[in-house]
Amino acid sequence: MRLSNKSATLLVLAALIALTPIFFPSSFYYRVGSLIFINGLAVTGMVILIGYAGQISLGHAGFAGIGAYSCALMPVHWGIPVLLAAVLGAIISALLAFLVGRPILRLKGYYLGVATLGFGILVYMALTNEAWLTGGPDGTQVPDSGLRDAAKAIGINLKNSEFWYWFCGVVLMIGAWLALNLYVSPTGRALRALHGSEIAARTVGVDVARYKLQAFVISAVYASAAGSLVALQNQFVTPDIAGYMHSIEWVTMTVLGGAGSVLGAIFGAGILTLLPQVLTMFAEYEQLLLGLIMMLVMIFMRDGLLPSVLRLIRGKDE
Amino acid sequence: MSTLLSVDGLGITFGGLRAVHDVGFSLQPGEILSVIGPNGAGKTTLFNMISGIYHPGAGKVILDGQDVTAMRPDLLARRGMSRTFQNLQIFQNMTVLENAIAGYHLQETGSFMADLFSLPASRARARTAKDGAMELLARVGLDRAAETEAGNLSYGKLKRLEIARALALNPKVLLLDEPAAGCNAVETEEIDHMIAEVAKSGVGILLVEHDMKMVMRISNHIVVLDHGEKIAEGDPATVSQNPAVIAAYLRAEAGADAGAAHA
Amino acid sequence: MSELLQFLFSGLTVGAVYALVALGFTIIYNASDVVNFAQGEFVMLGGMMTVFAYAAGLPLPLAALIAIVATAGVGVALNKLAIEPARGAPVVSLIIITIGASIFLRGVAQVLFGKQIHRFPSFSGDTPFRIGGATILPQSLWVIAGGLTVFVALYLFFTKTLTGKAVLATSNNRLAAQLVGINTNWVMTLSFALSAAIGALAGVLITPITNTSYDVGIALALKGFAAAMLGGMGNPKGALVGGLLLGVLEALTAGYLSSQYKDAAAFVIILLVLFIMPQGLFGIKQTERV
Repeated sequence: MRLSNKSATLLVLAALIALTPIFFPSSFYYRVGSLIFINGLAVTGMVILIGYAGQISLGHAGFAGIGAYSCALMPVHWGIPVLLAAVLGAIISALLAFLVGRPILRLKGYYLGVATLGFGILVYMALTNEAWLTGGPDGTQVPDSGLRDAAKAIGINLKNSEFWYWFCGVVLMIGAWLALNLYVSPTGRALRALHGSEIAARTVGVDVARYKLQAFVISAVYASAAGSLVALQNQFVTPDIAGYMHSIEWVTMTVLGGAGSVLGAIFGAGILTLLPQVLTMFAEYEQLLLGLIMMLVMIFMRDGLLPSVLRLIRGKDE
Repeated sequence: MSTLLSVDGLGITFGGLRAVHDVGFSLQPGEILSVIGPNGAGKTTLFNMISGIYHPGAGKVILDGQDVTAMRPDLLARRGMSRTFQNLQIFQNMTVLENAIAGYHLQETGSFMADLFSLPASRARARTAKDGAMELLARVGLDRAAETEAGNLSYGKLKRLEIARALALNPKVLLLDEPAAGCNAVETEEIDHMIAEVAKSGVGILLVEHDMKMVMRISNHIVVLDHGEKIAEGDPATVSQNPAVIAAYLRAEAGADAGAAHA
Repeated sequence: MSELLQFLFSGLTVGAVYALVALGFTIIYNASDVVNFAQGEFVMLGGMMTVFAYAAGLPLPLAALIAIVATAGVGVALNKLAIEPARGAPVVSLIIITIGASIFLRGVAQVLFGKQIHRFPSFSGDTPFRIGGATILPQSLWVIAGGLTVFVALYLFFTKTLTGKAVLATSNNRLAAQLVGINTNWVMTLSFALSAAIGALAGVLITPITNTSYDVGIALALKGFAAAMLGGMGNPKGALVGGLLLGVLEALTAGYLSSQYKDAAAFVIILLVLFIMPQGLFGIKQTERV
């Protein structure tokens, strides 16, 4: 079985989403599950940016902030329905990514990393400081999306945490499907080509700036959608959603699992989301361990966790 | 016959050093024009200027009657220019087949949304490109390696893959930077045939090559560079008798020997 | 006018710290092409260890010396355990490794020193000097003098000593340096030790003014990086000028525009510099080789 195989990946993912709840001892785990899916969604977008196109962003949580605050602010200030607000948030994120991406993506490596980090922090600062609009550092309420009631109306009656587990799971499946479509498509090939050799990509006619921008914009939309999901589920947002640690966590999840593959990155999202839950008794050591894991994986498993583990399992035939 | 590519007074300096100065020539359809000269003569730099990777400090590049000086490589590709690299520029992260398909980029590229949702139009474009790529791979003898990761190929095969990728663009002008370097005699002869065949189909070929036997055998016209300047030009027989050319090569040989003695 | 002078004083004080962090970046970047996101943690460790050595009863200068030497040790360990084993890894991996190191060091500091804010007394009291209607703390003079001294010392080290020239040679061309017999691994170790020590010194100098806690590092690292970029990555003179300039710009932003967006100044500058003159004030434009 090849991991790049689209249907295999989707099948594995669907099976995991559908079957894991069998082992849930309490409904709390549904909540952890939906958190994994939300991170997984953002990270799937990062796979397009990092894994396909070979670009980095340390500021994508900024787009999540825009997605989340759109859901909170648009309904209150302009009477826009919450779900429409999420869509508008994604459009705003895309536009912003388009505007910012044009100059930023001319940069490479560390410079690109720091520029995007700066962008994310600016968004975070705006959300924190413009309290008249955003409610400031204490955060703000998000109106009920009515999604769960709608599900009830068609006969699907679930507890809140369960509902969001399944809803986020479905959104993740859609996100993964789109990202996998892209991988094998002409666009995906152009992105991977410019990742492999930018100069060669240019000489075969790839408009490198345009394709990098496409990857940046689409990954921003993924991040924005993830932010919206957090807002919809919690019915509350704080500026922390746009914090740079989130951006860094997403990059780490992406590379941890194996930046080239959607499934690997979602796997990485799973591990890093579970880690703090497992370590609650060592809450004090959480940062220490997170940092240690980031370093160890990058030093000893350069391809990421999943590809390295798979190679170990397959053994000699690789 | 109308001139396909003409280069006029091209020059560039790096940090005050004149890498290429006032080089000019013209290339006709179906012609094989070789640029030769000792190491460091500025051949690759010249190629990089013509193909839009470096911005020339002086001079003009005219393709099909239009000024394309310092034009972006991807736009040059649209106008029918294609090239290979002295130090291979293979997409190591892709399979051999995908490397070849990448050469069809301009044909297979289309709507982003169609690609994202895997619409039939997108898949049809990809399929056409794939069919073309398979044919090309067969032509350069790499069809069996289609599904191999490109990074695992031998040097000689990578050279051929790069030529295949460049041909996929269906170019009017093809720039080949040392296509036979690192290849054995048999492989060199294969590449030799391939170049002749491509030229016969009307493509203008610009060639940088160190294998003098090959250059003398297949070139219609030769431009000789030394220290970034054109010192001679003409058909193979004329150029090989030119005293300035012989002197330049002898001097380079002597320099290389001296360098070897020092090391 | 006195207001402006006041902003300049506070700007130069913070700016000197940014300059020290930027110099630390520069040293490591030159030796290894690595941008060390854990640079700010060196500043935190320098201040933090001084706090605890001083609280344990050591005289302040000795406490500071111990903190600087110990931080240099941390820098060497970082190089040996995390950077050297990852040689040749892609930039994304190196970014994650050094960010991981930064999070790790912050976690260790949190466990060892707690989450409280710490401080120790100023070197020469807290009676401010009055200059032209503005005031400046004696400790500010210490910080600015420290920044300039380190710069001069580094300049002499790199231009006058054989070891310093070996570091420069390595940064120019690693392979060539190896061929002429320079132990480039040793140069790397030295660079990390030096860079960490300079960061720790910055922490020792600034803590009496700003206090310290386990999480001050990341902001300093970013500001230091902004300063280094502003000046031109890899150029020590640029690091110094960039740091001071950034500090002053920040103080002016806080004074005349909005103190809330004081920190935004650094990032706006990063973005502007990158768009308008990616090579920075003193950097050299590079041509990609094919």
